Amino acid sequence: MKFHSAFAAFAVAAVLAAGPARAVDLAMVSGDTGNGQRILREILDQYEKKTGNKVGVVPLPPSATDQFGQYRLWLAAGSSDVDVYQTDIIWAPQLARQFIDLTEATKDVVGAHFPSIIKSQTVDGKLVALPIFTDAPALYYRKDLLDKYGARVPASWAELADTAKLVMDKERAAGNKDMWGFVFQGNAYEGLTCDALEWVKSNGGGQIIEPDGTISINNPQAAAALEMARSWVGTISPPGVLAYQEEESRGVWQTGNAVFMRNWPYAYALGNSESSPIKGKFKVTTLPPGSGEGARPAATLGGWNLAVSKYSKNPDAAIELVKWIASPQMQKYRALKGAYLPTIQALYDDADIASAQPVIPRWKEVVLNAVPRPSAQAKTRYNEASSEFWTAVHNTMSGEGTAADNLADLEFSLTRLKGTAW
Amino acid sequence: MTSPRSGSLLARQRVRSAWLLLAPMLIVLAAVAAWPLMRTIYFGFTDASLADLEARRWVGFANYFSVVQMPSGRVVYDGLLADPVWWRAVWNTVRFAVISVTCETVLGMIVALVLNAKFRGRGIVRAAILIPWAIPTIVSAKMWQWMLNDQFGIINDVLLKLGLVSTKIAWTASADTAMVAVLVVDIWKATPFMALLILAGLQMLPQEIYEVAKLDGVGAWRIFWKITLPLIRPALMVAMIFRGLDALRIFDLIYVLTPNNIHTKSMSVFARESLFEFDKFASGSAASTLLFLILALLTMLVLWLGRIRLDKDY
Repeated sequence: MKFHSAFAAFAVAAVLAAGPARAVDLAMVSGDTGNGQRILREILDQYEKKTGNKVGVVPLPPSATDQFGQYRLWLAAGSSDVDVYQTDIIWAPQLARQFIDLTEATKDVVGAHFPSIIKSQTVDGKLVALPIFTDAPALYYRKDLLDKYGARVPASWAELADTAKLVMDKERAAGNKDMWGFVFQGNAYEGLTCDALEWVKSNGGGQIIEPDGTISINNPQAAAALEMARSWVGTISPPGVLAYQEEESRGVWQTGNAVFMRNWPYAYALGNSESSPIKGKFKVTTLPPGSGEGARPAATLGGWNLAVSKYSKNPDAAIELVKWIASPQMQKYRALKGAYLPTIQALYDDADIASAQPVIPRWKEVVLNAVPRPSAQAKTRYNEASSEFWTAVHNTMSGEGTAADNLADLEFSLTRLKGTAW
Repeated sequence: MTSPRSGSLLARQRVRSAWLLLAPMLIVLAAVAAWPLMRTIYFGFTDASLADLEARRWVGFANYFSVVQMPSGRVVYDGLLADPVWWRAVWNTVRFAVISVTCETVLGMIVALVLNAKFRGRGIVRAAILIPWAIPTIVSAKMWQWMLNDQFGIINDVLLKLGLVSTKIAWTASADTAMVAVLVVDIWKATPFMALLILAGLQMLPQEIYEVAKLDGVGAWRIFWKITLPLIRPALMVAMIFRGLDALRIFDLIYVLTPNNIHTKSMSVFARESLFEFDKFASGSAASTLLFLILALLTMLVLWLGRIRLDKDY
């Protein structure tokens, strides 16, 4: 607790030091799922009250792929309309040149964050963005339904499919016609890269591009993982899952029509909100492992950060705003309100968080062991590499070619994209 | 040089004032149309990246076609012209344009003929039918996305209750129905536009011809084929070209409604992806240039086939 008070004192002092100079208007962009936008507004209201500065939020669609295109456009045009950008963990190498180096301004606070996350935001020694929350997915399951049919929490993907089928069939026979077994993010977008990386990695199939830059995706265990995912579509997962992003899968889940769901922690708080039909009926656990050699549970590392535009007219105030939103108190606020995972290690031992959102302390290990997407390896070509990957996965799941063929094609296009070096 | 000097002075003055009057429009056109177009074409011949536009180099036709030696020694063809995904996007777009414009023309014609008849409340019906056209595409695409949602969409609900389908259909997710869904929404949206233009053509027609035809005892079907259609053909062709150009640039509907895969990817979606999402600004510029060329080519083809002269007064 002492730790926090020290930070709190510092953050307030920093804000006060910057505050009286002059009130400025800042603008930040954020695309978020669920009630993330509302929580952000509440955080900003507190900031405005403290400093007298005004912060406008430009809301964007929740799809990270959509946001990135818009960011790129604004930054390429040198727009000064936006001071602070909320960035996905994978974007740092691609946008590094257009953001301010935060190393100097944040050297007093970075030590409290997970070193792996700070490292992911550091490009050639430059801290591109400061993390505000991290993300590692969970397997959501309907405790009430598993208990009802005497099933246990699945310990492997195969068991998950069997349990999902069993519960789904029995529920349907009982008149619950819209019941499905498992929902996830199957649309052709960045989210599918996250989901599919988990299937492949948990089945011992590597992580698409290994840390040394080798393209490892074309292997039988990866192919088996994708074939497994293909077998879900239309059996335990609705055929429409191929067009689902986070919110569509949560729509099916939260209306009580799915036994299992793969999603980020934000769905935990929403599922337990007052108006939710499944309030108190579900629990979360880690995603299961596959069956191949080297199989282990795998969670893709997500998470969001704040970066300051090089073209901002008020960079100092913008940096103070970033530090405010990333501060321990605000990360705690976000965790309490929306079950967002903090990037500040000490908050995982916080008693308030543990009682309000018990999932969070349990997730520290998951975050520490999470698999990063190969953005550090592929650098500026990451988006294209990711798109090639999700296209191969989406094709496989739509029944266009076998997993083995699609992965062989993928290996070829990634090799071509790589050229002589990433 | 035989014209009298005074006449040529007057002519020169008139030419000068004509240029002066045209200048504002020409400048605006050059600034908003010609300059961006030239820039796009130029970027297509460079290796420009959005991360740093200034660091570009001239690479000739490499974005369109080049031969690359892979590290393994294998020789592959690179560039847009060798990219099957691009050609698939071209095919998707052209197929979409042909089917949607055909359906919209036929339906628009029927609607226009109905609205041209005299009945009570015609004014209200004419205004009401324009609503789909008045809704911004991005809004109607989002609206249809919810209506077409496989689990809680109203369309599946209605079809299930009517007993027309036995299971919920994933309209936008399945490769078989995604394009159909896009077509349905586009036809829903653009038919009113088509109907309006055809209706305008219909109302220009002289009534005497119809009276004479009636006196001669010509059937309604024959009147339509022999009188109405030939007379409104110019208006119809212009409307079809408008819609055709629009359809060939299709972006928003497909982008919002369907997963980003090769089954529905259009040329514009392809170009946007390269331009802004991937670090391939140059290749995206080349794709935009090709899109422009394909559009120009197809328009000329239609004008030639339809024997339409844009400079002629009808």
